[in-house]
Amino acid sequence: MLAKTMVRAGIPAYQSQRRFWNNERKETLAAWLFLAPEVIGVLLLSVFPILFSLFLSFCDWNLVGGLSAIKWVGLDNYRALLDDNKIFMALKNNITYTACVVPVGIVLALLLSVVIHSKVYGKEYFKVAFFIPYISSIVAIGAVWSALFHPSQGPINRFLIGLGIANPPKWLADTNYSLTAIIVIAIWAALGYQIVIFIAGLSGIPEELYEAADIDGANQAQQFARITLPLLGPTLSFLIITTLMASFKVFDLIAFLTDGGPNESSTVLVYRIYDEGFHNFRMGYASAISWLLFLIVGAITLITWKIQRTKVEE
Amino acid sequence: MMTRKRKAFKWLTTAVMGAISVLFLTPLIWMASSASKYEKDVMVYPIQWIPAHWNFVNNFKEVWMSNVQFGLFYFNSLKLAAAMTLLTLIVSSMSAFALAKLRFKGRNLAFGLLLSLMIIPNEATLVPRYLLLKWFHLYNSHLGLIVMGMFSIYFTYLLRQFMIGIHNDYLEAAKMDGAGYTLIFLRIMLPLCKPILATVGIIKFIWSWNDYQGPLIFLISKELYPIPLGMQLFKSEFADNVSLTMMASLSAIVPLLLVFIVLQKQVIQGISLGGVKG
Repeated sequence: MLAKTMVRAGIPAYQSQRRFWNNERKETLAAWLFLAPEVIGVLLLSVFPILFSLFLSFCDWNLVGGLSAIKWVGLDNYRALLDDNKIFMALKNNITYTACVVPVGIVLALLLSVVIHSKVYGKEYFKVAFFIPYISSIVAIGAVWSALFHPSQGPINRFLIGLGIANPPKWLADTNYSLTAIIVIAIWAALGYQIVIFIAGLSGIPEELYEAADIDGANQAQQFARITLPLLGPTLSFLIITTLMASFKVFDLIAFLTDGGPNESSTVLVYRIYDEGFHNFRMGYASAISWLLFLIVGAITLITWKIQRTKVEE
Repeated sequence: MMTRKRKAFKWLTTAVMGAISVLFLTPLIWMASSASKYEKDVMVYPIQWIPAHWNFVNNFKEVWMSNVQFGLFYFNSLKLAAAMTLLTLIVSSMSAFALAKLRFKGRNLAFGLLLSLMIIPNEATLVPRYLLLKWFHLYNSHLGLIVMGMFSIYFTYLLRQFMIGIHNDYLEAAKMDGAGYTLIFLRIMLPLCKPILATVGIIKFIWSWNDYQGPLIFLISKELYPIPLGMQLFKSEFADNVSLTMMASLSAIVPLLLVFIVLQKQVIQGISLGGVKG
């Protein structure tokens, strides 16, 4: 049977060697046809746009008058970035946001995951419960929190007044606290995602290691430091990279809740792109901010990638 | 071996974690409770978790049958998310098949290039993509949004990793029988990939359903709005009416919540895929 199939398949293969469309060429053609939709899509919707926005970032253009009205201004947009107080605020806010959301979110998620993974009954319930905010529309979540944070009537401030704090912050309407409120909501909403990833990582650690450590008399803290943390390395770095990136691209909550305000106190880079591009129609300037964002995200990717590589080599 | 002391300790942590999880979900419980109240009872403090006077039905009617067309927003969301999910699955599984199972020169290079393009943030290409939509007359249309949302290198990557694990014997056997690549892809590869396609599909559906940035920038007509934009419209029209806003939020969340509760295994597995294989 096997021999028969081989003969059957062998003869045409031998003959087709001499034709132009031999099997190898056929397979290559097929592969590129299968790849075509994605390649065309990515070229048109990622590669061309990022290059075109590089070009636009050296130009002045407000859409009026079509392509012919595009005016080359050299580095003017980038010079303007340096003097733009809103951009300065946005960068500062992006950095503050990242510096809070990444460590706090990850440490909280790690603690909860370790407990959920091995120290409780009904693990599935906990995974689902903490994951619910993540699958909920960010807009619906924003609406709930903006009611909770309501300056005079919201339950949060009522509670704080009850505790004896006479003048609690106005949260989303407060220049000093709008970003804090956004950060609280963001950590809350993303926690479930991080827990699910951590638990997947924890499940990959063999149970025997803990049993052996138990026999050797290592306590819980030692086990966490010597077994859990090192073996969770790849998961941890994956989460740090993804939350870092997401932090620099934060937009939805801010656009829905504060429009970057009050008084630019919660503005971020992507909100500046949106505002300059789609409210002020300064396409060139918005493109310059886009490239600033792209360079920051790119730098983070390269740095974390480098660190990971050197760690692997060690 | 579980000693009695350990068991007791585990029950104790379960109880503490149970309390934490309820505390964690408080905002959503407050949302459901407020959606069932008369407006004057919403901001009463201390909070009435269980409404003293129920007004669920009226709030529901107000949200779903008034002049804000919530039903239409639902339909739009469903249409957009379904189309994006289906098309992403088709496009990504096709290229994943080529990258995982077809031999051609430059395959690794093509895969590497594709992966490296993942660092281009969507947010950095908003302006040119807006211009592209204008030039193709797709601005302010569902088709435009769907085209923007149907390509995902990330999903291609996940599908490729799965396909690599499928034994080549299946494909070789089919080739021997004279099957072409299209047939192999449709009849052998896709059926074998059903579990991963389901997982990836659900994740893509959730992300598309919740997408806010895309519709915000690429749509202007109210009748094209999906739920997140509908919510925004609602917020601006009923800013002072918290109970109605909460009913709208509840309505926006519940369908996805049900999908999630039914398909939780797949959803959670799908989310973990990215992390484990990193």
